[in-house]
Amino acid sequence: MISLSYFLVFAAALFCIGLYGVLARKNAIAVLMGIELMLNAVVINLIAFWRFRTPEMIAGQAFGVIVFAVAAAEVAVGLALFIAIFRRRNTIAADEIDLLKW
Amino acid sequence: MTVFQAIFLVVAVVTLGGAVMVVTVRNLIHAALWLILSLFGVAVMYGLLSAPFFTVIQVVIYIGAIAILMIFAIMLTRRVAQEPGSSVNKGWWMAGLMSLVLFTALVWMFSTWSGFQTTLPQLPEGIDTIKVLGTALVSPDGYVIPFEIASVLLLAALIGAVVVAWERKT
Repeated sequence: MISLSYFLVFAAALFCIGLYGVLARKNAIAVLMGIELMLNAVVINLIAFWRFRTPEMIAGQAFGVIVFAVAAAEVAVGLALFIAIFRRRNTIAADEIDLLKW
Repeated sequence: MTVFQAIFLVVAVVTLGGAVMVVTVRNLIHAALWLILSLFGVAVMYGLLSAPFFTVIQVVIYIGAIAILMIFAIMLTRRVAQEPGSSVNKGWWMAGLMSLVLFTALVWMFSTWSGFQTTLPQLPEGIDTIKVLGTALVSPDGYVIPFEIASVLLLAALIGAVVVAWERKT
């Protein structure tokens, strides 16, 4: 019989892979992909908790929908920022975008 | 092992494998394609958790919009996508170590929790979860405020993205 532990461990693994991508990759778009993986892991957790703990309440799914909306907004603004930065500085390597570093 | 577990394990392996490829492969276009595979795996996970609405919006929003947007962005910044040199920064081993430590800590913390082995409960009889979710999102007793704020946020992001990426002719 499948238990909540399967989904929790799976989501934790997905989150940590995404975290590695965010911390280690140079290209800013690759960093954004890591963030997407992390957000997906979070939504899996929300849905798994809803399904296993409180299937009679809909709160878990409602939270998931909000997370989806925030993720979409975040990617749109993030990619627009990268395109603007690329136009000005001709790079989107995360360690070369250091205008604010003194 | 039940059929459910077998499906879960296959999908989990595919999803995690795709995710590992996303963070390690050098070519960014390939990384985006692996990301799509991984997102499909997550969509199947939502299906396994009997949340069909999430399966659909995962495919429509994540794969249909976000992944395609990323491929566009990669193509617009093509020159750096295939830059020579390492695709990871100098501290990558620290990042890997941190991820491993976090994973171990998370699993250890979950395993000390009494609800960790909760088995799959039956869904309440005669209730259509999609219908309940739709009602909850727009009813004043439910989540209408977060729902409206999310709409405003999306509108702000839409306008903000246009303003930020606008090419000013000077």
